[in-house]
Amino acid sequence: MSEIPSELKYTKSHEWVRTEDDGSLTIGITDHAQELLGDLVFVELPDVGDEMSAEDAACVVESVKAASDVYMPVNGEITAVNDALADAPETINDSPYDDGWLFKVSPSSSDQLDDLMDADSYETEIED
Amino acid sequence: MLIHEHSKPGRKGAPQAPVSKADLSDIPSNLLRQDSAALPEVSEMQAVRHYTRLSQKNFAIDTHFYPLGSCTMKYNPRACNSLAQLPGFLSQHPLTPDELNQGYLACMHELQLMLCEAMGMAAFSLAPMAGAQGEFAGIAMIDAYHKANDDDGRKEILVPDAAHGTNPATATMCGFNVREIPTLDNGDVDIDALQQAVGPQTAGLMLTNPSTLGVFERQIEKIADIVHAVGGLLYYDGANLNAILGKIRPGDMGFDVIHTNLHKTFSTPHGGGGPGSGAVGVAERLIPFLPLPLVSQDNAGYHLVKEQDAPQSIGRLSAFMGNAGVLIRAYVYMRLLGRDGMARVSEFATLNANYMMAEARRRGFELAIPDRRASHEFIITLKREASELHVTAMDFAKRLLDLGYHAPTTYFPLLVPECLLIEPTESEAKEALDGFMDALEQIRQEAESNPEVVTTAPHTLPVKRLDEVRAARQLDLAWKPEA
Amino acid sequence: MPFIPHTEEEISQMLEVIGIDSTEALFDEIPSHLRTSGLDGIPEGMTEMEISRLMHKRASQNTDAVCFIGAGAYEHHIPAAVWQLTTRGEYYTAYTPYQAEASQGTLQLTYEFQSMMTALTDMDVSNASLYDGASALAEAVLMAIRGNRKSKSRKVLIPRTVHPTYRKTTETIVTGQNIDLLEVDYDLAAGTVQLDALKQAATDAGGDITAVVIQQPNFFGALEDIDAITDWAHENRILVISITNPLSLAVLKPPGQWGSENTGVDIACGDGQPLGAPMSCGGPYYGFLCSTSALVRQMPGRIVGRTIDVDGKEGFVLTLQAREQHIRRSKATSNICTNQGLVVTASTIHMAILGPEGLENTAAACHANTTSLVAQLTDIDGVRYAFSSPYFHEAVLVLDQPVTAVLEALAERGILGGYDLGAEYPELGNALLVCATELRSEEDINAYQAALEAALDVETRQKEIA
Repeated sequence: MSEIPSELKYTKSHEWVRTEDDGSLTIGITDHAQELLGDLVFVELPDVGDEMSAEDAACVVESVKAASDVYMPVNGEITAVNDALADAPETINDSPYDDGWLFKVSPSSSDQLDDLMDADSYETEIED
Repeated sequence: MLIHEHSKPGRKGAPQAPVSKADLSDIPSNLLRQDSAALPEVSEMQAVRHYTRLSQKNFAIDTHFYPLGSCTMKYNPRACNSLAQLPGFLSQHPLTPDELNQGYLACMHELQLMLCEAMGMAAFSLAPMAGAQGEFAGIAMIDAYHKANDDDGRKEILVPDAAHGTNPATATMCGFNVREIPTLDNGDVDIDALQQAVGPQTAGLMLTNPSTLGVFERQIEKIADIVHAVGGLLYYDGANLNAILGKIRPGDMGFDVIHTNLHKTFSTPHGGGGPGSGAVGVAERLIPFLPLPLVSQDNAGYHLVKEQDAPQSIGRLSAFMGNAGVLIRAYVYMRLLGRDGMARVSEFATLNANYMMAEARRRGFELAIPDRRASHEFIITLKREASELHVTAMDFAKRLLDLGYHAPTTYFPLLVPECLLIEPTESEAKEALDGFMDALEQIRQEAESNPEVVTTAPHTLPVKRLDEVRAARQLDLAWKPEA
Repeated sequence: MPFIPHTEEEISQMLEVIGIDSTEALFDEIPSHLRTSGLDGIPEGMTEMEISRLMHKRASQNTDAVCFIGAGAYEHHIPAAVWQLTTRGEYYTAYTPYQAEASQGTLQLTYEFQSMMTALTDMDVSNASLYDGASALAEAVLMAIRGNRKSKSRKVLIPRTVHPTYRKTTETIVTGQNIDLLEVDYDLAAGTVQLDALKQAATDAGGDITAVVIQQPNFFGALEDIDAITDWAHENRILVISITNPLSLAVLKPPGQWGSENTGVDIACGDGQPLGAPMSCGGPYYGFLCSTSALVRQMPGRIVGRTIDVDGKEGFVLTLQAREQHIRRSKATSNICTNQGLVVTASTIHMAILGPEGLENTAAACHANTTSLVAQLTDIDGVRYAFSSPYFHEAVLVLDQPVTAVLEALAERGILGGYDLGAEYPELGNALLVCATELRSEEDINAYQAALEAALDVETRQKEIA
């Protein structure tokens, strides 16, 4: 059974979203997603300053057998990316919710957050 | 050991090159190379021995049964190779004037005509250099056709979810959006979903028939009607032509454009990954859009069609004449077979596949589509073995290598879990098919009694399982001299 | 039956296992009214003796004239061992090396090929090959568009000194993707593209250019000012794509060192034909594609990597496959799946046998022979070298008479005299592209000179009579 922290929000495409104290959002892929993909070998991160809408493909995570887009959960601007992943993409496998975060976003508004799933809904979603 | 590791500085004097280096002082020195390229310095014998030994680390049709689904690994007659290598063909420059190139052009013109007849199409171009380039040419022609009719709103290509990955990749390359159409459990296209999906935005549908699931699409006429009714065109992916050659023609099924894989159906060699050839055929209305070069004939002989005579052509796909030498091999093969031989191809390819499928059933393997006639290939799913015995399709594949069989295609089509897609082709004898089924049965017994021998296979090849994750994380793509 | 091993007895046994009476029943799911009645337009099958006779006859209908045509395909000596080894069944009849453990021969050879191409070009990485030089340029352009994240324009500068069919092929392939290929004219006197012309084209296009393509030597054989162009491009964040004849790289500055500080190009492509592929009526050849490490994930096509097996033993696998169509489907870097494996096999063996010295001597001999040819032909009244630039291996001559008739007269004398530039470059007048590889002997060159003198003389006289 994969780990699904209760304090995070989730998308159907297996991103997790954490709201930081300053209102910015941190985004990564879930434990379930990294299990499906297997050993990650590469991450293509967005550029800081990119403005994107919800459901835009923001970056790509790649294993030997699959490459998967990671989508923006909300409209907003990329404010930081996890550069450490360039040399160590396996961090996402080892620590999907902490050291394996992908990028941070300054959201255009907070409304879209309400559309995301909570941990229980996400758990139901991936059981199907 | 790499060829570079056989190298010694100063080992030179190859008798295949001029003995000394001519003067280059007329060339400005800043445009000259200052160092020598770090290429190996070996004797001819060292090179011959090295590459002979390397070859022995390969499985090939000439050495092993190679039932790789969707790849049609049939026997490649040696006459096709030796005749394509006659000096009259090999030493011919591609820009030789047509009148001095009549022997070659005659072969190509006849090849075009034979393909038209075998596929039921109005015209063929031999330009595409591989199946994927044939697909590209086909979809580009569909695009050009709609645009020529001032029908600019057709932005969508429909692709069944069972399709080869090249189909959606091609449509994207041509600037289309891709819409997937689901497949029913019995292997047919979901007609209701197709009906819902088509509209004025539909440029065309790409279809493989028989499909990648190894069954013939029975509703093909209805599918053609639905797509044509909204003004779309029907594209035939020729990957599985070996199943129907001489029995039913894509043109008669309603297809407007088709690519053939000469390296599958017409037995040109796969060569460790190419060169292939993806000749494209079209119905009457798409003739003006065919890619160049094309070969035409008149009273004076054979000619390459000039660009000014084909103003609507989608253009060129290569610098010269596509994979000309591959085309000669396909021509020789077709002449060897003749019309009856072509029908025999599909008859015995299909006999072999259905026999193996019946044997698989008899031996207790689960079939992906048990109630249908197999085409030239069929699918076993090992999902029970995977969940109960923890031995996957990949493990079966690797263990087959130990037992002297090349593995079938694994994990394709994506719709079937833990699948083996098995295509025996017409050139395999019954004893090879039986031997392969015995091997599969042996592996299943091992999976029950001694699973480790399967999950750690292969054991008898030059290397054991390779670390693909390491290969992708610590990229080592070329040998470099030590600094 | 040809190529089918079944006996009557086996057929009966197999039908019985399937549970049907005849092979005809195997096709019972195909609507019967769609079935074909027989392929009447296709002749009866032939025996190997018959097809042999036919093909020998056809081959003999092709010309055996002495070839002085280059223009992207060159007649070179290929060591006897090259195709003897390449057509071994283990190479010739193997599939793409997806089952790595059963394909170490093809995989290691491809890794060696990648190593040799990176050495020749002095680039970081190479793929396992593309279809040919022209389609390799198209893929290089698409790769540059994906790779240059600093440029949003999707505009690529292509001088007219780039091979005409390479430009046309590129246009065909990239046309669906909203890319502007901007043609830049060359200097008529020099036969090369001038840096000022590139600068002007960039300014006219609004400044933001994604990539510039440079062929060296260019289609005319003339040598471009590669260092200045590379420097300018990189100062303006434009990626540089080189097209080179790989044999020439044995002696010419490799793309990885272009630029006054030897910074190198970003993507190096070209046609591998001169390294072991016979001219063979136009193919199969192969395209090579090399790049900097920074762009490796944008590279299309197969790539082989070295790794280890579970026991720590060295081995080779296809790597970075997640970029490719069979995994990435509509988001793949390209729809390409095959490479030109067999021709790459020949090419790798060719380079191994010739070695660095053999390739250098061959390349230099091509240049020396072409230089002699140009000297002897321009000795004839009414023939001159077209440009002021230095050339390598190939050169443009201008005649005082129409080229078509001259080439016909030469062909009657057993000489394929070169490639008529009239259709593609009418501004050059009666221009002819000629080339003499290491295979052309002094006698061949003398024969060309004599034939051209005679042809021009005949032409002159005919004109006077008319």
